[in-house]
Amino acid sequence: MDMQVAKKKLGLKERYAVMTRGLDWTPSYQKMEDIYPYIAYEGIKIHDWDKWEDPFRLTMDAYWKYQAEKERKLYAIIDAFAQNNGHLNVTDARYLNTVKLFISGISPLEYVAHRGFAHAGRQFPGPGPRVACLMQSLDEIRHAQTQVHAISNYNKYYNGMHDFHHAHDRVWFLSVPKSFFDDAITAGPFEFMVSIGFSFEYVLTNLLFVPFVSGAAYNGDMGTMTFGFSAQSDEARHMTLGLEVIKFILQQDPANVPIVQRWIDKWTWRGYRVLTLVAMMMDYMLPKRTMSWKEAWEVYFEENGGALFKDLARYGIKMPDCAAQIALEKDHLSHQAWSTFYNYAAAANFHTWMPDEDEMAWLSSKYPESYDKYYRPRMEYWREEAAKGNRFYNKTLPMLCQTCQIPMIFTEPGDPTKLCYREVDYKGDKYHFCSDHCKKIFEDEPEKYVQAWLPVHQIYQGNCFPEGTDPTVEGFDPLAAVLKYYNLEFGRDNLDFEVSEDRKNFAEWRGQATKNV
Amino acid sequence: MSTVFIALQTNEDTRPIVEAIVQDNPSAVVNEQPAMVKIDANDKLVVRRETIEELIGRPYDLQELQINLITMSGNLDQTDDEMVLYWNA
Repeated sequence: MDMQVAKKKLGLKERYAVMTRGLDWTPSYQKMEDIYPYIAYEGIKIHDWDKWEDPFRLTMDAYWKYQAEKERKLYAIIDAFAQNNGHLNVTDARYLNTVKLFISGISPLEYVAHRGFAHAGRQFPGPGPRVACLMQSLDEIRHAQTQVHAISNYNKYYNGMHDFHHAHDRVWFLSVPKSFFDDAITAGPFEFMVSIGFSFEYVLTNLLFVPFVSGAAYNGDMGTMTFGFSAQSDEARHMTLGLEVIKFILQQDPANVPIVQRWIDKWTWRGYRVLTLVAMMMDYMLPKRTMSWKEAWEVYFEENGGALFKDLARYGIKMPDCAAQIALEKDHLSHQAWSTFYNYAAAANFHTWMPDEDEMAWLSSKYPESYDKYYRPRMEYWREEAAKGNRFYNKTLPMLCQTCQIPMIFTEPGDPTKLCYREVDYKGDKYHFCSDHCKKIFEDEPEKYVQAWLPVHQIYQGNCFPEGTDPTVEGFDPLAAVLKYYNLEFGRDNLDFEVSEDRKNFAEWRGQATKNV
Repeated sequence: MSTVFIALQTNEDTRPIVEAIVQDNPSAVVNEQPAMVKIDANDKLVVRRETIEELIGRPYDLQELQINLITMSGNLDQTDDEMVLYWNA
């Protein structure tokens, strides 16, 4: 690329001031509180909105210029990828399951983020944050669109992606990312900015996008790599804005500090629980691995997050308490998650499998404290059983955590042999939690979380069958009815990778790509 | 001491930028990862427009970095002449 650099009449700081200040007027016949109805109830006090500044000093004209360039690059690569049968260049067909997880679990969140930033931007009386929210809202819809476009190339050939948005709203484990974002957009505008702008973008997206996208590149997936990097170039800006928003709120009034601390504690934990899916993606689903979940956590959270919280200490903000429990879980998280998905492969929109001998050796080397002792024996057992024709599929439904909606699979902090259960009685009902942190989040806002749409409860209540289903008839098969409701086909979209159509087709097509048939 | 970092896509646009960062930041450590390059530095990292322009032989607008940025950490301050990442602690 050789971009033209025009001689600027004003410096960057002046251009930013001209384009983002003095755009407002004082209303004369409407009250401010009627125009900005959500700005006061969270208790955050802002005295001077002009103190908020985008450190990139990006103005709308520059935004269009650089975003247009990113789009041109992206679509040129997507075309080349499709024209060159790029889908056959991935390391092996197991990799495709990370793409399925991405399109059904993450891409719909990009769209909700678009709506969330449009909403939050509208609510802020300051033009600086409003312009930044507008840009981020546009970025997020761009991400949703480019991911759908890039992944549609895979959907032409492989299963499980055909109705990703329908799946996102229904499939049991997809309620984990969905409810995370629903929680954020139904909060007030300041909490939304702290949850997504700060905790998710600044503290956690490095773990989602950087190792995953680098992993996609390493596994020969040019399509995902290119949309990932294109999105990530926007994320770098979002992270910076997220940090800036936090500093701005904290600087405006000391009374804001405890409110913000509670949000940081809550959303670090909420985000970390969603990253359970990323942990297993990194350790089990990428055929060629770049780094382990544990290593990524150490670089991007412990080291980088540590530096961040040291910096924020001058405002009175401290590292969230949950970090101590997360540190105990990092040797276990991905193994517990993958074991669960292996169990429930009949009810998912992607395939699972047991790692082969080399992969188990890699896991042992990355997790010397935990893998051989706690997880290898059970995985070897499952592998042996599968070889004998007894591939295990769990037909019962798990109990879910009321807050994070993940099955209650996690073990007690410090004791990986004992499942962790917590419960709360509230207005005559009992609610269950996977951890002290999810329990505390519920206790702070019970009226919000009693409304959670928990997939397992909904299945048992008969709300997840196609219309007209009669569950009382002789021989009723609940799993078959639930899969119909999910719009997934038994034996094609689900079950073990070994018996999948994807595996068979990929091998056949790759063969055709390398010799004359 | 805290680490600040910037990560860029690996391509011909960023090669001279990485070179400029290494020239201007004695503590910079370059980590090459698949398709990306991550540069760590102690407490502060500066990207200078002039150094990049000397290396590429044409005028350069620091905002062009947007196109190839992957991630970064630290507080940011950007002007026409430099982009600074830093931690206060």
